[in-house]
Amino acid sequence: MFGKLTLEAFSHDSLIIVFANVVMIGAGLLVVGLVTYYRQWGYLYREWFTTVDHKKIGVMYIIIALIFLLRGFIDASMVRAQQATAGPGMDGYLHAGHFAELFTGHGTMMIFFMAMPFLVGLMNIAIPLQIGARDVSYPLLNAISLWLTAAAGALVMISLLIGQFSEAGWSGYTPFSGLEASPSSGVDYWIWALQISGISTTLTGINFLVTILKKRAPGMGFMRMPMFTWTALCTNILMVLAFPALTAALALLALDRSVGTHFFTGTMGGDQMMYINMFWVWGHPEVYILVLPAFGVFSEVTATYCNKRLFGYTSMVWATMAIAFLSFTVWVHHFFTMGQDPLRNAAFGIATMIIAIPTGVKIYDWMWTMFRGRIEFKLPMLWLIGFLITFTMGGMSGVLLAIPGADFKMHNSLFLVAHFHNVLIPGTMFGLLAGFYYWFPKSFGFTLDEKWGRRSFWGWLIGFYVAFVPLYMLGIMGMPRRMVTYDNPAWQIWLIIAAIGAIIVAYGIFSMFMQIYVSVRDREKNRDLSGDPWGGRTLEWSIASPPPEYNFAVIPEVRDRDAFMEMKVNDTAYLRPERYEDIHMPRSTPIAIVIAGLAFFFGFAFVWHIWWLAGLCLAGIVGSVIARSFNTDTEFVIPAEEVERTEDAFHRQLEADGAFERVKGLKHYGDERSPHAHLAEPVERGTPA
Amino acid sequence: MKTVLAAARADTEVNFGFWVYLMSDVIIFSMLFLVYVDLSQRYAGGPTASEVFELRGVFLETMALLFSSLTFGMAMVSLHQGHKSRVMAWLGATFVLGAFFLGHELSEFIKLVHEGASFTRSGFLSAYFGLVGTHGTHVFFGLIWVVVMVVQIQLHGLTAPIASRLARLSLFWHFLDLVWICVFSTVYLPGVMQ
Repeated sequence: MFGKLTLEAFSHDSLIIVFANVVMIGAGLLVVGLVTYYRQWGYLYREWFTTVDHKKIGVMYIIIALIFLLRGFIDASMVRAQQATAGPGMDGYLHAGHFAELFTGHGTMMIFFMAMPFLVGLMNIAIPLQIGARDVSYPLLNAISLWLTAAAGALVMISLLIGQFSEAGWSGYTPFSGLEASPSSGVDYWIWALQISGISTTLTGINFLVTILKKRAPGMGFMRMPMFTWTALCTNILMVLAFPALTAALALLALDRSVGTHFFTGTMGGDQMMYINMFWVWGHPEVYILVLPAFGVFSEVTATYCNKRLFGYTSMVWATMAIAFLSFTVWVHHFFTMGQDPLRNAAFGIATMIIAIPTGVKIYDWMWTMFRGRIEFKLPMLWLIGFLITFTMGGMSGVLLAIPGADFKMHNSLFLVAHFHNVLIPGTMFGLLAGFYYWFPKSFGFTLDEKWGRRSFWGWLIGFYVAFVPLYMLGIMGMPRRMVTYDNPAWQIWLIIAAIGAIIVAYGIFSMFMQIYVSVRDREKNRDLSGDPWGGRTLEWSIASPPPEYNFAVIPEVRDRDAFMEMKVNDTAYLRPERYEDIHMPRSTPIAIVIAGLAFFFGFAFVWHIWWLAGLCLAGIVGSVIARSFNTDTEFVIPAEEVERTEDAFHRQLEADGAFERVKGLKHYGDERSPHAHLAEPVERGTPA
Repeated sequence: MKTVLAAARADTEVNFGFWVYLMSDVIIFSMLFLVYVDLSQRYAGGPTASEVFELRGVFLETMALLFSSLTFGMAMVSLHQGHKSRVMAWLGATFVLGAFFLGHELSEFIKLVHEGASFTRSGFLSAYFGLVGTHGTHVFFGLIWVVVMVVQIQLHGLTAPIASRLARLSLFWHFLDLVWICVFSTVYLPGVMQ
């Protein structure tokens, strides 16, 4: 009846896990209780859970990301605390299995449930607005993607309570992730959490790829697309091409574990190395899926806060595409030491190093955008400068690791751990946080607190160096990654310093949540009336904050790369049409939650081999899709009068804020307010309206 | 009729997105083909490819699937002519041929399992069942989709949304045909020629 699920799965011998469960259940009950007390279930259900509005979906993605940022960070701190207290003759406070669950969980959660939802959230919030569209191409699919991510995250969470999580590392190498070495439920939880969130990402990739290719406003050719949209386009191409490889690898691994096939087993004709190849065919492009949108954010941010056109737009576009292409040509560098011939190692080593070239182009483009710009040192500029320096360092250590000979010494050491944190934290996290600050007012209509934001920045930046420079040292000293204890006394001091670094990062994360709290408290003071708090250059700043459900009352006509800046300079911003028209929008529907709920139980049933439940859930998913296809009433109309009322209110707001006066002062948009910027890039003027 | 025809075009936004989905499916199949090629000689002392494959049956099911692509094409032609009953008839023929294909494949699988050549026997057989089974699963969902479309045509007639769905099902069905040709020439032909 319940497959492998017995009461034993609920018992935990570690007090830490029991405590974590109490906290998790307590927090869950608290949220449920508060929502019930304030009678908000109806509101949440109507306005958020069932919505197909990309702006709200984006916000919910980022909420998921923030929750998992906390969990992933707690896991990381526990790893640091263990290694700091587990020197020669000391055991630390964790047993080996729990330690292995922690580093597996940390990697899995930070990549799949923090970084991915965060960047998909930013894409959801910004892309349709940047390209002048009313919505994404497939609004319901978008909601399904969101809730599938939530369902996969719920599987990770429930593994804390029932059974355990994988001990096989975030990449789940066979044969260790096979049934013989890992007979418990942990790897199955890992498989199904990744599988469901991976399918969600493939769907998102398809959705945004089509959205960007097909839904751009008239006049927005490829070379007029905002840089964030460009990087997102490349990221979505990578998602569509890379994630299915993961889907296949995980499905075969699941078959090996559940029905006894021999794809990746060590005996009976299976091929362990095949799994590792398949995993990295996805895994390497994934690195660029994570980093490219952050590059896009930095490009938007530099142009906006330097009050200058982005330098080297064309080279930036080509660099982005080159990086996306090259990302598929380097995966073998993940197993230089696993026995292939030197020629192959050399070829993949060189391919790996070549990625530094387009990345360098981008770094120079950001620097030249800053050069003689009139820089406003708002928070995103701090993240950008912190990123430029830190990321370059991480890139250098990557080029070092790309030398197969050097990799023989460094692979699987803490040097490697330091390297990939050194690119992912500044390259992805800093970019996501810059984007968070940048687009927050667009979503909520008020800006984020600058003071706590700066504290957060310094916590992250200093904490990063204190936590990860010691890991570089330890790697060179020969310390392997993933060690629960060690007997070299020289290592401990560096691990203690790294743990202090984690505490400083904790201050950065605490400040980030304080920033949100303080900003919500003072929201009246920081209200963004004009919808354009930063003097923005792209279309999302031309509409109200938060935007109305339909985004644009009239689809804008694009005449330049910096479409909104061109409008402001040529006095065509905020123009009103003679009359408004009815707008068709997709209707809210609970079907996405139903499908994702069934997917959750499907994954859970598969973990515990409850086959009847798995079958039932699969039939339920197919049935829901079929039932939905019979529903012809999926749209509603926003009448022209209502659109007019909404737009009238926005224009009164603009007037009150003095937005029209501000716009009048702008004369050029290649170099507005910056007398020397023409030295950095020739000024082009768009065709006057 | 004009909107019906427009909806059935391959380059509308929604049909283009479905095509992108098929491209992601190509990656899944590519992976499975690679796995098969890698494991195709790993018999682990079990039956070899030339021992388990029977070309005559495979030829029959291949013909059935190829002809089902033709009948689906005829269904699309009838759609463009606006003949509701003919569309249904051609879809029916497609369903019968597809069901024959799937039934034949299933009976082949069952026979193999009975002979001790199941997917747990060797890496080769795991890869074989994995690749061919994934294709078969796609055909199974395609058949469900055909049934759903027949019911919807019965209920609503040849409307624009239905034409648009038929266009996607048509893409899907021809795609499965294409994948099967790769299966035939990667799995069965080299297998029996050994």
